[in-house]
Amino acid sequence: MINSGLKALSQNLADRKISSVELTRAYLERIDAHNGAVNAFITVDAEASLAQAKAADARIALGDAKPLTGIPIAHKDIWCAKGWRTTCASRMLENFRAPYDAHVIERFNEAGAVILGKTNMDEFAMGSSNETSWFGPVKNPWDQERVPGGSSGGSAAAVAAALTPAATGTDTGGSIRQPASLCGVSGLKPTYGLVSRYGMIAFASSLDQGGPLARTAEDLALLLDVMVNFDPRDSTSLDRPEEDYSRMLEAPLNGLRIGLPREYFGDGISGDVRTAVEAAIDEYRKLGATTVEVGLPASELSVPAYYVIAPAEASSNLSRFDGVRYGFRAEEYTDLLDMYCKTRAQGFGAEVKRRILIGTYVLSHGYYDAYYLQAQRIRRLIARDFSQAFEQCDVIMSPTSPSTAFGLGARMTDPVQMYLSDIFTLAANLAGLPGMSIPCGLDSAGLPVGLQIIGNYFSEARMLNVAHLYQRQTDWATRMSPVAAS
Amino acid sequence: MSLSLDEVKRVAMLARIEVTEAESAQMLEQLSGVFGLIEKMQATDTTDVEPMAHAQDVVARLRPDKVTESDQKDLFQSVAPAVENGLYLVPKVIE
Repeated sequence: MINSGLKALSQNLADRKISSVELTRAYLERIDAHNGAVNAFITVDAEASLAQAKAADARIALGDAKPLTGIPIAHKDIWCAKGWRTTCASRMLENFRAPYDAHVIERFNEAGAVILGKTNMDEFAMGSSNETSWFGPVKNPWDQERVPGGSSGGSAAAVAAALTPAATGTDTGGSIRQPASLCGVSGLKPTYGLVSRYGMIAFASSLDQGGPLARTAEDLALLLDVMVNFDPRDSTSLDRPEEDYSRMLEAPLNGLRIGLPREYFGDGISGDVRTAVEAAIDEYRKLGATTVEVGLPASELSVPAYYVIAPAEASSNLSRFDGVRYGFRAEEYTDLLDMYCKTRAQGFGAEVKRRILIGTYVLSHGYYDAYYLQAQRIRRLIARDFSQAFEQCDVIMSPTSPSTAFGLGARMTDPVQMYLSDIFTLAANLAGLPGMSIPCGLDSAGLPVGLQIIGNYFSEARMLNVAHLYQRQTDWATRMSPVAAS
Repeated sequence: MSLSLDEVKRVAMLARIEVTEAESAQMLEQLSGVFGLIEKMQATDTTDVEPMAHAQDVVARLRPDKVTESDQKDLFQSVAPAVENGLYLVPKVIE
């Protein structure tokens, strides 16, 4: 059962082969047995999960079930879920119980899904290795000496370790795709504006976007059906007609034009990654696709532009954590200013402080034009490159990450090296385009390699189709991590 | 561009984050590395390029000026570090 996709689980629930309570209990037992090894969950609340499962069973009995009714889903601990501890993996929110539901959580609740727990992440989603969490690093289920990627590392590891059938994540610069790649699962960051950010703790508001992680593209489509929804409470939520994201899954790929950006296949990628990604592209040629080389010259500047824009927005967003209305407050202080400074010094970890300082600096008097405005102009150039590329192709493919999972601690002392891990994923966030990562091979050490697929705005259904047919043709998505197999 | 220790301390104060001498020195080293990376974008000529603040060209939606939320003050204050009589407590600001 734990290897089944969401469709099969849903069918089994409908056929009463298993109840939601039994299914939820099975996953809770797996979490109990294996979470110690991978540290993918920050909070598990069996009682709350089982109460939801019981309600789901009653709904199934009434014949009122929707596709995800009764299915346990883990949520990145960045989403507020009423009554659940919601920490954002920070000491600042260590004991914060959300007084309301995020829009996405509301949608899953309405669909009858079960909240299985809250997953570990980089603190405030700032990181590419899940090592900045106040609750300790997540270990990669394929090799526990290695990182799972970040920032949705707990969600990716939980899916890869079969501790949950699916999970939610968020992606500001690659935080769904890079951990999906490093953990050998599928993950999708939708077009900016499709998934409401209401109740999603903000990092960089013009880049943040929620999305699903699961084993297969077929599962991602079902999750997206629930997650994508207009929400007037998020001023950037897009009011568009509802879509069925599974509708194109089986469409043939004859004539699909794949753009291969020459800048993404340069010297920086490891040999094994290149081999796996090129083999995947060959597979697509067999499926009837053609390839064309495209240029994304400004993408080279996505790292500098991102590390101005994201910290600038973060420094503003995170100013709300002042020890007054919620969250941590330092125990000792002399006056109000001292209370703010000590609360924030003790409540935030090193990476979060670093980004707040970068953001404060680039927005400060005398530097705004040179840094912030210049980064926004570069952002425009990056978006333009993509719109030109999409005149020649339907999707763009590249490695998701230049390397497979790196060792725990290997890049923690060098932020520049860490930031460069996201070199292929940042541009999609800056342009607001949808991007996904699917497993496409293993390296010589047996670690997963991810293929990144970037589509044009609102082309998620087509991207899922592109991913799905590959996943029917190959078995990379069904390969199990050692933890999942135990 | 090179950052100075004083600038790191000034920015930390603007951001309301207390930093020790040792932390400032370490921060200086790491931020200098990051700004080395960021500087690469200065070489690009962006004259006449309109800054892009957002991925979608959306305009702020307006809504009728009506009360839509119920009063949940007690619930929201239940997560605050210090409250009394419905007020958030902070150290004395005015003598």
